Amino acid sequence: MKMKKVLSLALAAAMALSLAACGNGSKTPADTSKSNPPAGGSSSQQPATPPASGGDLITVGVINNDPNESGYRTANDKAMRDMFTEANGYKATFYNNNDAAQQIAEAQQMVQNEVDFLLLSPAAMTGWDTVLKDAQAAGTQVILFDRMLEADESMYVAAVVSDMPAEGKTAVDWLAAQGLDEYNIIHIQGHMGSDAQLGRTGALDEKVNAEANWNYVAQQTADWNEETAKTIVQTVIDSKKPFNVIYAENNGMARGAAAALDAAGIKHGKDGDVIIMGFDSDKWAFEEVLAGRWNYMGLCNPLQAETVDQIIKDLINGKEPSQKITYTPEQGFDCDTLTQADVDKYGT
Amino acid sequence: MTTPVKNPETRVKRPDEPLFKRLTRQQLFIPVAALALLVLFNLIADPSFFAVSVKENSLGNPVLSGNIISVLDNASELVILAIGMTLVTASSGGQDISVGATMAIAGSVILRLVCGGQVTADTMQMNLVLAVIIGIAVTALFGAFNGTLVAYFKIQPMVATLIMYTAGRSIAAWINNNQLPIINDLTFKYAGTFLPGIPVPTPIFITVLVILVFWLVLKFTTLGLYTQAVGINANSSRLNGLDPKLIKLLTYVILGVCVAVAGFIRVSRSGSINYSRIAENIEMDAILAVALGGNALSGGKFNIYGSILGAYVIQFLTTTLYKYEVPSTALPAYKAVVVILLVVLSAPVVREKLSSMKKAPAKAAKEVS
Repeated sequence: MKMKKVLSLALAAAMALSLAACGNGSKTPADTSKSNPPAGGSSSQQPATPPASGGDLITVGVINNDPNESGYRTANDKAMRDMFTEANGYKATFYNNNDAAQQIAEAQQMVQNEVDFLLLSPAAMTGWDTVLKDAQAAGTQVILFDRMLEADESMYVAAVVSDMPAEGKTAVDWLAAQGLDEYNIIHIQGHMGSDAQLGRTGALDEKVNAEANWNYVAQQTADWNEETAKTIVQTVIDSKKPFNVIYAENNGMARGAAAALDAAGIKHGKDGDVIIMGFDSDKWAFEEVLAGRWNYMGLCNPLQAETVDQIIKDLINGKEPSQKITYTPEQGFDCDTLTQADVDKYGT
Repeated sequence: MTTPVKNPETRVKRPDEPLFKRLTRQQLFIPVAALALLVLFNLIADPSFFAVSVKENSLGNPVLSGNIISVLDNASELVILAIGMTLVTASSGGQDISVGATMAIAGSVILRLVCGGQVTADTMQMNLVLAVIIGIAVTALFGAFNGTLVAYFKIQPMVATLIMYTAGRSIAAWINNNQLPIINDLTFKYAGTFLPGIPVPTPIFITVLVILVFWLVLKFTTLGLYTQAVGINANSSRLNGLDPKLIKLLTYVILGVCVAVAGFIRVSRSGSINYSRIAENIEMDAILAVALGGNALSGGKFNIYGSILGAYVIQFLTTTLYKYEVPSTALPAYKAVVVILLVVLSAPVVREKLSSMKKAPAKAAKEVS
């Protein structure tokens, strides 16, 4: 019996280790010491704070979402990791999680470790007040990238994000320019409440409400999930409602929709019966558009790392960013004008 | 309704029992009733739900299309998982909650092999059969890991499989270096879509094949008997010369094989994978299918045909809800209603009440005459 106890203990230890090892590859040095509560007030004068001693390296803490979430996120995460390296003058700590609560706890830790800059891509828009206040008290400058959060503008020095409503508007304007007699749209939405979904839905909702010949055949969220998107389109096909546009709020969902059309033998893309529209920056999706199987892709640029880098360098040289929110340059591509050069330049 | 090992209770005929009670006593009563209810609802609401038409797909093949085909097609992964889950439930009295994550692993392994490590591949770099066999071996190994924890370390199944539930998707991502591989070879997609010239979706054939294999195994081997024996009383089965640990381990390995087949179908539907989204929450549906099939989640006696029916009921419900444009985020809430009804209906207290309610008027009628 004693043997069993020892064995189960060893196993428990192995479990804990293996779980820790699978923590999305975050290289947090202070990962193991999370005993101090993240209470307000900057009372933590720990002698063991490791950073700030890295020569003249700039210390940054990067909080991002799970890179496996989508091709967009994979590209975004990779760009950040490639930019903030010692070769580029940074000592960076990365943390990836799709759970805002975990992100907040980790951000708190980074602030306590007195990083110079905290780079944030928040998983949820709310709940960050304490972290932002602590950061301000500790002299850590916060730069938001990719996603916004709900806080007063004074709480962060800059934000580098995509202009989601503009992305939606560009796409809807392109669709309107196609001059169809009637727009019967299957609208596949992303994760409800995310700023990408709100921006991309907003523009289309407005147009459908305003125009008599624009109708929704279906408007459903697939939660960024390709399989769900396929099911939604399949169900519309099975119910024999006519449609001629699929407006999917990311490329993965557009691919799911296209698969459903293929299975039912409905022609799509250039010269097809159904227009397919997607968003983001995946290279394979560019290739779908280039091949004429899709009609449109709204570029959502995941590569904010360079802009963030520039802002940090400017701040260190005492130059405030010219505007609080920097929008990454974006545009829409359609199957008539897209070139291989664009694919190589923007595809990720 | 040929249960592999007949329960002595159902074998004894009791002609004096009222019909209703005899029906509700049947294990398959709940899934059949649920299915009948769904069919009835759709027949009344919109009979065109059952229309099946022949269309030509984008490759010029004639294919069947319609809600019923969609249900049969889309339920495939769930049916295959439910079979494995039934065995695991019966032997260990617990469920494997890691099947979604290990499906991601299976898909990732297969894609990595056929893409040859590239991000996009236009032709398969490896024989598909070999790649699938390796995928099966890998998830069988993960099944063995889960099974070892459950059988030999006596860890609660849900806790033991929580490890792979948490880590599985990260492992799947790691297998492909965090890339999202895509295969454009059409032959790869045969298993998830259509074989050229055959109008029925391939997953339906694969599912039928899997069911057939399990039917044969349960009919001609002692697997079913041993699994139930271990689930009902591990100690007495040990005293009768069985090795309960080995049998528990075996059921987890079998589930691992089922997971690989399901994972293969899932990735070959699209030729790509998204680690954090593929087969999300499918473990819950698989467990629900087992419960719907009238199987006790505490183990012992089981009926895989009940679970298979249960899986089809779940998919039928999902497709019906989509048809009536219920928001996809609200689907779990509807499933929850089904679960509540199910759990309450199958609770011994309620069953007792129900049968006595039916008995009472019958008795009263007798007394009058």
